[in-house]
Amino acid sequence: MLTRWNATMKKILRMIAAILLVGSIGFWVATGANRSWTKTGVPEKFTDTTTGLEGIQWHEKFVPGVDFLGAALVAAGILAGISFLFPAKSK
Amino acid sequence: MKTKLILLSIMAVTGAALAAPQTFDFKDPKGINNAGFKLDAPLEAINGSASGISGTVTFDPANPGATKGKIVVATGSLMLPNPMQKTHMLSDKWLDAAKFPEIIFESKEFKNVQTAGDTTTADVTGTFTLKGVSKEITAPVKLTYLKDKLGQRVPNQNGDLLVIRANFTIQRGDFKINPGQFEDKVSNTIEITLSIAGASPK
Repeated sequence: MLTRWNATMKKILRMIAAILLVGSIGFWVATGANRSWTKTGVPEKFTDTTTGLEGIQWHEKFVPGVDFLGAALVAAGILAGISFLFPAKSK
Repeated sequence: MKTKLILLSIMAVTGAALAAPQTFDFKDPKGINNAGFKLDAPLEAINGSASGISGTVTFDPANPGATKGKIVVATGSLMLPNPMQKTHMLSDKWLDAAKFPEIIFESKEFKNVQTAGDTTTADVTGTFTLKGVSKEITAPVKLTYLKDKLGQRVPNQNGDLLVIRANFTIQRGDFKINPGQFEDKVSNTIEITLSIAGASPK
């Protein structure tokens, strides 16, 4: 009974880890594969026709960066590591 | 004779009024005025901007070298794309925005003044105050006087515009912003770009 529960837990944890890993990489790639820090605001430049000055308008936008990817990889690794604490076979 | 004297007086008064220095207000309702800043860092340069700009500049189109003024940037208006970096920057560890809510530049003297048409270039010397520390700095500046152009920016408002552009660098260590620390992560040099326009309504 315990062995079956352990096997189920191991499977679930590894599945979550895999989904987290693939999902976060997919999300990171889909949002432009930003190789710098995560951004929550993006500056947009525009030119004032009267003065010729370049203004900056900030827009709220979540752009995941390498820190987001790193955190997702670490979380996936921890979940996968925890799965080893559930032995599938009884000794 | 009397008529001549009256005419001369009118001309003198008008001339004096035209040559009088104008005061330009740099509080910008359109939100275009900005001060950009850049610091080198290992992964990517830290690029941000500030929009909370105010202050006044007295400018005489007939004598641009006599320009005087004070530009204030609200420390709390400094923006960075990364929220954690922004929080750190405004915290007491870096700029301490709560205790030092203003970054100020007050001009003292214009040198090497060169005017061509509506544009004046010069080296402005003044006092730059950041995090409560005041230092004298000199920066190249470009002033563009746009006569009667305020109406194009603010409808139904007559007046002139004064555009100021300046690029200069400061050392954060000089202003007690973690002097000698974290220089492998954030450069000591801060590049500052000022792009602002002031209005002088008539």
